[in-house]
Amino acid sequence: MSDADERDSSDDSSSGAFGAAIERGEDVPLLTGDGEYTGDISLPGTTHLAIRRSDHAHARIESVDTSDAAAVDGVVAVFTGEDVVESGVPNTIPTAWDLPGLVQPQYRMLATDKVRHEGTAVAAVVAETAHAARDALELISIEYEPLEHVTDPVEAVERDVPPVHDEAEDNVAFDFELGDGDATDEAFADADRVASVDLRQPRIIPNAMEPRAALADWEETTGKLRLWMTSQNPHLHRMLLSAGTLGLPENEIQVIAPEVGGGFGSKIYHYPDEAVTAWCSMQLGRPVKWQATRSESYLTDCHGRDHVTTGEIALDDDGTIRGVRVETHAGLGAQLSQFGTATPSYLYATILSGQYAIPAIHCRVVGAFTNTTPVDAYRGAGRAEGIYVIERLVDVGARELGMDPAELRRRNLIQPDEFPFETAAALVYDSGEYERAMDAALEHVDYDELRERQDELREEDRYLGIGVANFVESAGLSPSGLAGDLGAQAGGWESSIVRFDSTGSVTVLAGTADQGQGHRTTYAQIAAEELGLSVDDVTVVEGDTDRIPQGMGTYGSRSASVGGGSIARGAREVREKARRIAAHQLEASVDDIEFDDGEFRVAGAPDRSLHIRTIAHEAYLGHDLPEGMDPGLEETNFYDPENFTYPFGTHVAVVEVEPETGEIEIERYVAVDDCGEIINPMIVEGQVHGGIAQGIGAALYEGAAYDDDGHLETRRMDEYAVPHSTQLPEFETDNTVTPSPHNPIGVKGVGESATIAATPTVVSAVVDALEPFDVDHLDMPITPESVWRATEADR
Amino acid sequence: MSEHDISVTVNGEQHELTVEPRTLLVTALREKLGYTGANVGCETGRCGACTVRENGETIKSCTRLAVQSDGSEIETVEGLADDGDLTTLQERFREHHGLQCGYCTPGMLVSADTFLRENEDPSREEIREAIEGNLCRCTGYQNIVDAVEATADQLGEQR
Repeated sequence: MSDADERDSSDDSSSGAFGAAIERGEDVPLLTGDGEYTGDISLPGTTHLAIRRSDHAHARIESVDTSDAAAVDGVVAVFTGEDVVESGVPNTIPTAWDLPGLVQPQYRMLATDKVRHEGTAVAAVVAETAHAARDALELISIEYEPLEHVTDPVEAVERDVPPVHDEAEDNVAFDFELGDGDATDEAFADADRVASVDLRQPRIIPNAMEPRAALADWEETTGKLRLWMTSQNPHLHRMLLSAGTLGLPENEIQVIAPEVGGGFGSKIYHYPDEAVTAWCSMQLGRPVKWQATRSESYLTDCHGRDHVTTGEIALDDDGTIRGVRVETHAGLGAQLSQFGTATPSYLYATILSGQYAIPAIHCRVVGAFTNTTPVDAYRGAGRAEGIYVIERLVDVGARELGMDPAELRRRNLIQPDEFPFETAAALVYDSGEYERAMDAALEHVDYDELRERQDELREEDRYLGIGVANFVESAGLSPSGLAGDLGAQAGGWESSIVRFDSTGSVTVLAGTADQGQGHRTTYAQIAAEELGLSVDDVTVVEGDTDRIPQGMGTYGSRSASVGGGSIARGAREVREKARRIAAHQLEASVDDIEFDDGEFRVAGAPDRSLHIRTIAHEAYLGHDLPEGMDPGLEETNFYDPENFTYPFGTHVAVVEVEPETGEIEIERYVAVDDCGEIINPMIVEGQVHGGIAQGIGAALYEGAAYDDDGHLETRRMDEYAVPHSTQLPEFETDNTVTPSPHNPIGVKGVGESATIAATPTVVSAVVDALEPFDVDHLDMPITPESVWRATEADR
Repeated sequence: MSEHDISVTVNGEQHELTVEPRTLLVTALREKLGYTGANVGCETGRCGACTVRENGETIKSCTRLAVQSDGSEIETVEGLADDGDLTTLQERFREHHGLQCGYCTPGMLVSADTFLRENEDPSREEIREAIEGNLCRCTGYQNIVDAVEATADQLGEQR
């Protein structure tokens, strides 16, 4: 049965839970200080780990002397990379995505030969107190032979520099191509006009409010490792600890993600630190706790983006887009992180068609090793970078044609009757009504009137800018077979268990892992809807590999569509088993049993009925079940979707820019999102708000910088601008609803949409404001200084 | 390293404890006394996740030494709710979806609660300024502003 068939459920199970703005059950402990994050947990006898990190960008390790550190009061042990090697564990942090010709250098838990970026983990101190561990850290003596470094992804491959890894002399990890180069060349040759843009997408530092942390407890007597950690995907961490770093059987590792204080991608990846924490506990037979400081987070949490791109667009005079050509150098950092290879390749190049019917697309991406913190997926991963490029190209194309940028967009939109739509960049979009969302967004701001006001204000030397960006994203990476064909080293499915107990309450065990998205509420809504119950009857459990046997976790906007899809399917299986029990006990044919609001009724005999809670009780009694039926009422579901889902929408920003000071004020920000069916509008809106905030942050405030010595300049919160409350405008949000036919509940996902949309929207608005100064493009973050410099010549 | 005996009252309960001179107030609260509501987000006083009230004024407990707080009255997020009942402010945070991951929430609540004692009828701009020192990476702040505004309205009606 296809997912589309599954969506046609004849039952009216509607409890009203699905689609309601239900307040979050998870909030109460978070509001009272009772929420338990990893750092809040302690075990008797806990020791504290501190990690000595490289202060060189690139250097050979000559020697590591730990004797002074080991002599500090309270120090239990000091370990080096050689100690890890000698322990015989696999000691390999693997990338989870292979690409043709990919160079995969060794990535160890603690460095032994060279350090390749500032912040590389070199040695570990375990002490009775965190203070003692930090004191001792300073006394580890490391001799380095400094090497020339490179931080820029273009320089890394074009300048003659010592390679980051000997295996890649030219610093090229991969050279990736997508699309039809010949067809694209032809399109450009035949087109009336060509426009281009050179752009940089700087590194973003995720800045989850909770820095990463881990608490490991190795039980020598049972040979079992328990690891509490700040994880978006405890099951993947279990797998990577097993097969990659520690070499324990998977079933002897329990990974627990308690409350997790934000992730945005940064808590997906297997880093050295949590593995070292666990390894230290195994060496010492004592609980070991590691808590990153904020500056450690800046140096070690995977950064996002880091693209240097040339984009070209070929157009006809009537505005028809004929082709798009893109060449990007993507910085990967010093090591290949989990999705560090997938993000700038398959997640980026494939979205370059945006919402438009573009006949020819070609993209080349050179993935470059640099002496910087590894780069991996950050909110919007790959899609954000790709949509930014196509939306900037449409804007410069519109200016080349002298056409209104909204009009140029409209003329090229994929139409509703063209779905499923196969793009020239290898995706098949599921469903979309792009023009409806775009119209709604433009109506919200009264676009035509705004353009008139813009003209009037320019007469007074005031510079209003209107930015319009359309986006589509690929969410919920799947199915597993396709992902495997493209190089994925893990599946794209999700797993859940829907379990009634004998008293009629329901537990949902989900393989995803929340970091603030509100899964416990939305998943309860899905299950309650399918089972005709109230959300209060459903308890959702996540984030513990011993309680939930299998899962993949939360990233790529997959939780509602893949995780929620699995729960809906499991709940339907449970409902069907309950129906068979009801038919048996009501002495009716299964086909004659109707289900409404939790009640199974015999068609035409409304007084003959059984509630699903009663059935649950009967299922566990087991006294009177249909012949051959096993007792109990629970189902385990593995859901491997038939395709991605494709959320979309249009965002509009209205800004006023003051060229004399470079000041940018966002007057209005309007977001119209279509994430398919909406499980909880309050939570969807919250995701959109947060997404816009991070998108605006990237456009105007955020960006990591390295100095000439390869040191990270932006390593504290007063050097890296996480937007605060007075830097963000009020958001005006709305939704259209175009269900995904690829998903059992019609949802598409919403976690990353607004970040993807907001960066091009805001950049477009600022550049639009500066049109009288002949500014075609400004790189992010657009600061007052960059505005001032761009307009300087004209003042 | 030398140690000091200090006395602090936290949420009305007096505690005697021994700390190193370098022990931060937030560390003493979290690790010595078990008040884990205040979180550590940045160690530079920038993010506000560690905000508590000392003698009626909000402070960032990661930039204060525990010895400086000897003899002080400290209020943490754990002291806001009365016998497990959420305060109006906490209720409105929930109603307006003013939190997602919840890590900034304890500090945000303490800041907003203190602010509302000083300004009973604030504008949205004043609310935004009041919480400027508390960073949130999830919500984009708008729902937090809504929650604080709704609290002020409700408390105003009750007066």
